[in-house]
Amino acid sequence: MSSTSIINLPNQQTARMPKNHYLNSGYGLKSWALTLDHKRIAILYLLTTLFFFCIGGLMAALMRLELLTPAGDLVASDTYNKLFSIHGIIMVFFFLVPIAPAVLGNFLIPIMIGAKDVAFPKLNLLSYYIFLIGGFFELYSIIWGGVDTGWTFTTPLSTHYVNTNVISAAMGIFIAGFSSILTGLNFVVTIHRLRAPGMTWFRLPLFIWSYYATAIIFILATPVIAITMVLIAMERVFGIGVFDPALGGDPILFQHLFWFYSHPAVYVMILPGMGVMSEVVGCFSRKRVFGYTAVAFSSVAIAVFSFFVWAHHMFIMGISNYSALVFSLFSMLVAIPSAIKVFNWSATMYKGSITFETPMLYAFSFIGLFTIGGLTGVMLASLGMDIHMTETYFVVAHFHYVMVGGMVSAVMCGLHFWWPKITGRMYPEQLGKLAASTLFIGFNLTFFPQFILGYLGMPRRYHAYPAEFQVLNVMSTAGASILAIGYLLPAMYFLWSLKYGAIAGSNPWQATGLEWQIQSPPLKDNFEEIPVVDFEAYDYEWLANKTRHEVTNVG
Amino acid sequence: MDSQVIANDPEETQSAHEHSPHLVHHYATMDQQVESASFGMWIFLLTEIMFFGGMFMAYLLYRNWYYDAFVAGSNLLSIQFGTAMTTILIVSSFTVAMGVFCSETRNRKGLVAALSLTLVLGISFLCMKGTEWHGIYVEHHVPGPNFSIETFVHPTDARDVPMSPDAAQHTQIFFFLYFALTGIHALHMVIGCSVLIFLLIRARQGAYTDGNPTMIHNFGLYWHFVDIVWIFLFPLLYLISRHPLK
Repeated sequence: MSSTSIINLPNQQTARMPKNHYLNSGYGLKSWALTLDHKRIAILYLLTTLFFFCIGGLMAALMRLELLTPAGDLVASDTYNKLFSIHGIIMVFFFLVPIAPAVLGNFLIPIMIGAKDVAFPKLNLLSYYIFLIGGFFELYSIIWGGVDTGWTFTTPLSTHYVNTNVISAAMGIFIAGFSSILTGLNFVVTIHRLRAPGMTWFRLPLFIWSYYATAIIFILATPVIAITMVLIAMERVFGIGVFDPALGGDPILFQHLFWFYSHPAVYVMILPGMGVMSEVVGCFSRKRVFGYTAVAFSSVAIAVFSFFVWAHHMFIMGISNYSALVFSLFSMLVAIPSAIKVFNWSATMYKGSITFETPMLYAFSFIGLFTIGGLTGVMLASLGMDIHMTETYFVVAHFHYVMVGGMVSAVMCGLHFWWPKITGRMYPEQLGKLAASTLFIGFNLTFFPQFILGYLGMPRRYHAYPAEFQVLNVMSTAGASILAIGYLLPAMYFLWSLKYGAIAGSNPWQATGLEWQIQSPPLKDNFEEIPVVDFEAYDYEWLANKTRHEVTNVG
Repeated sequence: MDSQVIANDPEETQSAHEHSPHLVHHYATMDQQVESASFGMWIFLLTEIMFFGGMFMAYLLYRNWYYDAFVAGSNLLSIQFGTAMTTILIVSSFTVAMGVFCSETRNRKGLVAALSLTLVLGISFLCMKGTEWHGIYVEHHVPGPNFSIETFVHPTDARDVPMSPDAAQHTQIFFFLYFALTGIHALHMVIGCSVLIFLLIRARQGAYTDGNPTMIHNFGLYWHFVDIVWIFLFPLLYLISRHPLK
């Protein structure tokens, strides 16, 4: 291999897949449906969340098609309302929230800390089925007439004025919420109690710290949305007015309860991505992540701050000016731990031996796009700006930069990085780089024009718009079609690689971390013997010493 | 167990591996397994606090807004009934604690007796709750289309003057919160009693008294938690506001 790549595959003539691994430890539907193996549960989650991603993506495609022309000609306004509601609900609750924790977290947390499984394997399986039931509720409400409240379920619109499937949609979220709670609980207990001998808190990979912070948010925030959804459903069924001003209720109370969950949930959608970044940036710079402790604690700080910023979604809803001032300040403070991370990743790359494999390209894309998304967030946190920008495309562009540009890049990054570990095979590297570049270009073309649209005053959630906005909207729609190629391409070569990909060997990236020291795909119990950890995280010298004397090529 | 401790003494953890028949394969020691289970339970209870927290928040807000209506609503609840239910729950907390004790001291008969008593107390609490709900239903105080405001009297007036219809409507919010809070509490009791029946059947066969009391211990935590929620509900719904400020 040339010096521009660190990929280290075994000799393909002699390499064989391991004889026993978790994928061939049992065959048939039952061995998957009733599995207690955290790795198989991760795969189940992966397939399910990708299915939901396709639905959400389809809705987005229809919306972009409608917005190609100023007139509302493709779909009626009612249908358009349903499209963006379903897009939001599916993408937030059934894709972004579960994809990183339940897929990458389930697969990697036990292996990274040197455990055979999560603390409560049965609970893990149960939370998958709870998620599935929640998903069925959601599918029911989509297929039998849709729901058109927006993903925010704003009262009293959702409780009194619409006649779509609010109850089943709310119940779907309520049920799926318990899946998040149980997953979070499982992760916290696993990280606290199941670390291998010698795996102290400050030897943990930063991935684990991020997921720990995510799990804390799951545990503390999700129950609040659960009860809020129950109250919405009860209000619709029985017509009593906790949130109905006509009967003395307070719709603002709903907003408080909803955003008390939904703002921390936004960090659920970015913290795991930050964990992936720390792993990938360290690996492809061949350096220990700069400022390990600062990065670790900034994850926890983001989780803590996330509980004190929710009212910044409510600046125009008539909350008191003083509380708006405080929430504005706290919202800006979140930028500090986020910036600590971005600066530390940059400092890690500084004077590192950087190589440009596919995961690293996604990592670059994450860091850039997340920074734009984060800084526009600071703009929105300032009160004057926010009042001008609320409910415009500026907000839409801001959170898509964080969630799609940030989180989806991170998920793609993580999937590429750990794909050889999950399946034992490599994807085609050149196609991977092409896909990463396509995603980056498509994403920016889709969402950057929306910043300008929002600044010029185009409101969100309308299916028609004045003709002067058409050029930017056409750019956005064109970008969306490029973005779609950026998603379809990996889907195709990932499937291809399952059968034809090069055999990856245990450590194709020459990375540190316990997951790379075992065979790929891993054994059903991960480790033949629980490892004793006597090295620090990201210790590339340790790894070099260890591999120097290893025989990797026989014959 | 602290991983540092395991690191310092790997032999001990290895030797414990062979012994206990209750050890699940992915745990190294029994201690680790028991601690994980109880730690998990505590975190679950934390999520439960947040779950009830949303409703307590709503109660706090509306109590401040509609003080008179909340006083009027509260006056319609029977304080004797509430006290009796509270007593039953506190006694059941004691019997559950005795169950944990018996399970730890490997006393099968004691465990079965304690759990049976707890079940009886739990079911009698639910029956009393049902009776109280029925009474409210009969008086048309269940929120919704059949809600009647006729029986509410103004709390600060010595004579039985009806409340203004506007203010009396707000008692609907009181009763909604009453049903939401006690309803979800009762749901927790129903779940608790169902688990209790399962535990009783297993305990009669000798489980939990053979050196593995974790399950009973965690159930005890859950039961105490549900009791503590009631300890907050009782004053909020029945006691405070009964004697309004003049």
